[in-house]
Amino acid sequence: MPERVVESLRGVGHKTVNGIWRLGYGSAFFLMTLLRSATSFRRFGLTIKEIYSAGVLSLIIIVVSGLFVGMVLGLQGYETLQKYGSSEAVGTLVALSLTRELGPVVAGLLFASRAGSAMTAEIGLMKATEQISAMEMMAVDPIARVIGPRFWGGVISMPLLAAIFSAVGVFGGYLITVVVIGVDSGAFWSQMQSAVDFRHDILNGIIKSVVFGVAVTAIALFEGYDAPPTAEGVSGATTRTVVTSSLAILGLDFVLTAFMFRGI
Amino acid sequence: MERTLYLWVGIFVCAGIAALFVLALKVGNASATFNTGDIYHIRAEFDNIGGLKASAPVKSAGVVVGRVDSIQFDGKKFVARVTMKIDKRYTFPKDTSVSILTAGLLGEQYIGLEAGGDSEMLKEGETAKLTQSAVVLEKLIGQFLYSKAAEGGEKK
Repeated sequence: MPERVVESLRGVGHKTVNGIWRLGYGSAFFLMTLLRSATSFRRFGLTIKEIYSAGVLSLIIIVVSGLFVGMVLGLQGYETLQKYGSSEAVGTLVALSLTRELGPVVAGLLFASRAGSAMTAEIGLMKATEQISAMEMMAVDPIARVIGPRFWGGVISMPLLAAIFSAVGVFGGYLITVVVIGVDSGAFWSQMQSAVDFRHDILNGIIKSVVFGVAVTAIALFEGYDAPPTAEGVSGATTRTVVTSSLAILGLDFVLTAFMFRGI
Repeated sequence: MERTLYLWVGIFVCAGIAALFVLALKVGNASATFNTGDIYHIRAEFDNIGGLKASAPVKSAGVVVGRVDSIQFDGKKFVARVTMKIDKRYTFPKDTSVSILTAGLLGEQYIGLEAGGDSEMLKEGETAKLTQSAVVLEKLIGQFLYSKAAEGGEKK
């Protein structure tokens, strides 16, 4: 019996130490990526290739889900607001919730599962097939050549995707409430325009999406770089990328919201 | 291959920036609902416009005939000067009464036009003289309370 207790305690300690070690390794990896990112800008073609695979290939899922999220917001908002005789305010509701919260957060979650998982799997497989070791053998820095462009490609793509998500979402809300239900379009836009502030709402949303982009790509690249070089290891790392970056997005969103919208 | 890839990335970046512009302008600034060719402007002065906003609808008999173009404060007369753009198809007599109304109890405020009997019509840039300000709910309640209190005083 005591041996079992000792064994489980040892397990807890091992996991804690391992977690802290990974955190430290991840931070050092992130810093190293930043320090060696000169290559990503000197050879910008590499970064553009990564913008293509992270951003352009995520466009369809972003546009379609943005449209549907906007339409659902319009429907639900209208349903409740018309009870109070202010169905015109549905434009404000759709625009504010999209620019402040749903745009960055949902686009970030989609980006993590669409682009982040692909990054992890790609780098994990490169490591498993010893391509990264081969690069080191040829004195090519894998962090500068492989990790850096992917990082900057993701960081550049994410705010653009979030902006597209919000804009398409507002259009979806417009489609449902004005075109289908028949809310007055002038009141829809004028109430929205008087309530949405560029600096306070739109800019803060963009800042959020930049932060999410950094978090998701850093987590995805680190998980891929740190993955055990086996099939099982790569699949585990991909799962961890999606779980960790989704949690990071939601946690960071709370912290950023608390900073940005305090006292309003 | 390289060319099409760059093309797609260019389209993506353009779409992102366009989305930002749409957010900044469409969600931040007014856009004309009627073309400039099909409209004319009329003005009206109000003591209090309440919550009226630019591009709110202008209605006559419940039909939207125009939009509020701009709202300015006249520093000399201390009134609000509202400019409206009206669809060219509709003309209104000079003694049209312009009032600020509310859709529902707490809804959006809009301008209601009630045509008078004058044979001359309002032209581009002219000011309608008969106006009725927005009903401010607090004032209304205040008046109600005062009159009730006065009634109570008389009974004693």
